[in-house]
Amino acid sequence: MFDLAEAAVEGALAAGATYADARLMIVRYESMSAKNRAVEDLTQTETAGIGVRALIGSSWGFQSTPELSAAAARDAGARAAAVARASARVAGPPLELAPAPVVVDSWQSTWEEHPLDDVGLGERADLLVAATGAMAGAGVPLAQASHQIWDTEKWFVSSEGSRIDQHLVECGAVIDATAIGDGETQRRSYPGVRGQYGTRGWELVRELDLLEHAPRIADEAQALLTAPQCPSGTTTLILGSEQMALQIHESIGHAIELDRILGWEAAFAGTSWLDPAQLGSLRYGSDLMNVTADATLPGALGSFGYDDEGVPAQCVDIVKDGIWVGVLSGRDSAPLIGRPAGGTVRADGPARLPMVRMTNVGLLPGDSSLEEMIAATDDGIYMETNRSWSIDDRRLNFQFGCEIAWEVKGGKLGRMLRNPTYTGIGPQFWASMDMVGGPDEWRFWGTANCGKGQPMQVGHTGHPSVPARFANVRVGVR
Amino acid sequence: MAWDPSTDPAAQAGLERCEAVLARVGNRAQALVTFERGHSALTRFANSRIHQNVASDEEHVRLRVAVGEGQVAQATTTRTDPESLDRLVEQALAAAALRPTDPDFPGLAEPGELADVDHWDDATATADPDARASVVGDFVAAGDGLEAAGYCATEGAVHVLATTTGIRYASRRATAQLDGIHRAPTAAGVPSDGYGQATSVRLGDLDGTAVGGVAAAKARAGVEPIELEPGIYEVVLEPKAVASLLLFPAWLGFNAKAHEEGTSFVHLGEQQLDEQIDLWDDATDPRALGRPYDAEGTPKRRLDLVRAGVTVGLCHDRRTARRAGVEPTGSSIGNEAFGGYPTDLFLGAGDRARDDLVAGVERGLLVTDLWYNRILDPKTQVVTGLTRNGLFLIEDGEITRPVQNLRYTQSVVAALGPGQVLGVGDDAVLVSNEGGVVHCPSLHLRSFAFTGNARG
Repeated sequence: MFDLAEAAVEGALAAGATYADARLMIVRYESMSAKNRAVEDLTQTETAGIGVRALIGSSWGFQSTPELSAAAARDAGARAAAVARASARVAGPPLELAPAPVVVDSWQSTWEEHPLDDVGLGERADLLVAATGAMAGAGVPLAQASHQIWDTEKWFVSSEGSRIDQHLVECGAVIDATAIGDGETQRRSYPGVRGQYGTRGWELVRELDLLEHAPRIADEAQALLTAPQCPSGTTTLILGSEQMALQIHESIGHAIELDRILGWEAAFAGTSWLDPAQLGSLRYGSDLMNVTADATLPGALGSFGYDDEGVPAQCVDIVKDGIWVGVLSGRDSAPLIGRPAGGTVRADGPARLPMVRMTNVGLLPGDSSLEEMIAATDDGIYMETNRSWSIDDRRLNFQFGCEIAWEVKGGKLGRMLRNPTYTGIGPQFWASMDMVGGPDEWRFWGTANCGKGQPMQVGHTGHPSVPARFANVRVGVR
Repeated sequence: MAWDPSTDPAAQAGLERCEAVLARVGNRAQALVTFERGHSALTRFANSRIHQNVASDEEHVRLRVAVGEGQVAQATTTRTDPESLDRLVEQALAAAALRPTDPDFPGLAEPGELADVDHWDDATATADPDARASVVGDFVAAGDGLEAAGYCATEGAVHVLATTTGIRYASRRATAQLDGIHRAPTAAGVPSDGYGQATSVRLGDLDGTAVGGVAAAKARAGVEPIELEPGIYEVVLEPKAVASLLLFPAWLGFNAKAHEEGTSFVHLGEQQLDEQIDLWDDATDPRALGRPYDAEGTPKRRLDLVRAGVTVGLCHDRRTARRAGVEPTGSSIGNEAFGGYPTDLFLGAGDRARDDLVAGVERGLLVTDLWYNRILDPKTQVVTGLTRNGLFLIEDGEITRPVQNLRYTQSVVAALGPGQVLGVGDDAVLVSNEGGVVHCPSLHLRSFAFTGNARG
């Protein structure tokens, strides 16, 4: 396979590229969903192709082909250079690439049970069907379960001499129960609204113990229909770790993407409220806020050996004691703020141009616990499991809905509340964080559906998180 | 001249691949196989320069098999060599064999008559990067020094669908899109963004100067915006904002599967929306971009969803149609777990110019675009999101001041409800959106709930 990737790079260089790299990828994917005791959809996909990046002047040219032949690869390289050359009609200053080590290596993620090769299709289906049965048996009209599996092999070659092959196995699952009332629906999900995913094997799904949790979430969905509405007002808010993961994703992860900060995503995904001139001095949150982007965490969904520019995975400090200190970057963006390449650039397949992506952007644990937060709260609300998410194009103004909440009175959990929402402005919200869960509650959540770029790409990101408490948050937005 | 698939090399290659797959399946299963080969390219610009310029040749084969009593599975591959097609077929058959029997399996579609649809343009399908760069250059130049960002994309693909029931359909479609913003500097440091877009089957229709001019004018008009208190405002929504809202009823309301499961807002035959609202799905309209058949091979026809505010239709695939005892509507997107979707949605235009709609507002807001829209509950259709790329205060029928972006939390159905639509624009255009394309005009609505501003 390296030969084909090399042919693509040679084609680009021969056509005038000053730098080129190519990825040959073969991806096996399976998604299965079950509803009310029956498998409803089973899709298996195999995607193969070569994507070539050629740099000429101020722009990347990119060309992909699904044909795995030397001739097609060479032609794709030449066409990538032609695409880059056309960019000169609307040119900017020449791009300079941050240095990257020349690497010849092979890397593989770890798994105990390969989800596609070691676990039978029937067993995978039986689990989902049984989980929906357990929820339907508890009385909800809509009981759903699904899993997704990716097996990705890629061979990377650069014109600087790197040759890297990687093999990643990722998977995860989710169950959800929906109760339907006269005027609204209520849903409960486990382990999170979009499931839990990791760069691991089927053991991850087994550890979720879907059957154990199925009746509980079905009961909660039913109970939510008659629970009181989350009150409107300003209060102390405690968030569970799954909701914290999405809070981190939306109001930290995207905001620290250097391509957004530089305006490269301005028209679609948006920009960022962060100004590189304030890197190292801007207060992002309270002293308890410590955030890293760590692509080396074993088993987390944003982990890999090398990014799609051949840069080794690394752990980068993002927020230290509340101060903004780091960004997510690539070889073309990092030099613009005087930083080394961040090793975060990835594409979702051979037909897409790699771009800056979150790795495992997560909150480091503190010294509290969910139990202590509740006990220390006289009047507040505890929310759990994301239901909706929305944030502005500068990643400041957010509004989240959760599936379920409980009032907190006198240090104890009280009534269940339905339709909980909260809203805020990023730095004010993070500045109000006054309790952070400890190492025992630190969990690596995985988000398998992060959309970014044009054409749209779906990225896999990880978010280590813990429960946390925030003061003076506006809740019950109506 | 009408397109003749028998003389089109891509269509013939597709037909050969489909026949090869069906031959491999033999009499072991009912089967539906699709082939698509195309070329897509996107020239992206930011900071007024082209920074990402991509192109891809794409080809894939999708096989759906049904064995026994409705035991269904599907598999897809981008690899079309004989060994890969062998693997595709055996994989799908093995997966289907593990599925339980399904008494609701509707069987495969039989051959039908297709509408004369050919949303195609050779120049678009074969556009080179210089052609796209030229359009981008015009968009950027129209800003006369403003910073520009966006993309110009072209796409062309041939599609073949064949079944063991005898269907042999071929179609092709091309799409060209220009979508971008201009950014005007402000004293506060946060640029004022203005938006423009054009979508067509023909790249030649995309006037970079005109679209860029619209975006630049909006950006300049948005400088030094005022902060407005959240609250209920009368609004004029421009087509991009309208298309953003329509995504939710299209996705979770008119979906017959959601209706069957009880999560849809739709009550057929009831006056749920304002009498000025007509909604329909129609891939056969010359202004649309869709294929003449759906993912199951059901021919597409115009499907009325709302007539004069009365919900009258649902988007059925073959399975939901069978359960409901109606004919499928050609709305399958190839995912039974999801259900049916109106891929070529139209909202009927009115006869009032957008400026006329604005003139009818005593105090309200002109909304260019809605962003990061997320639904809170499918049944109530309450959605939250933010304004973007141009928000303006209207006072006494005049646009008076730019306004800082606001967050809204609003039921789409309630916003379009009886008595809520005060005017419908004559400016309907094709708008590219997260869920595909929507052809819609500006709307003047009586009431829209804004729930947050820059202070939260």
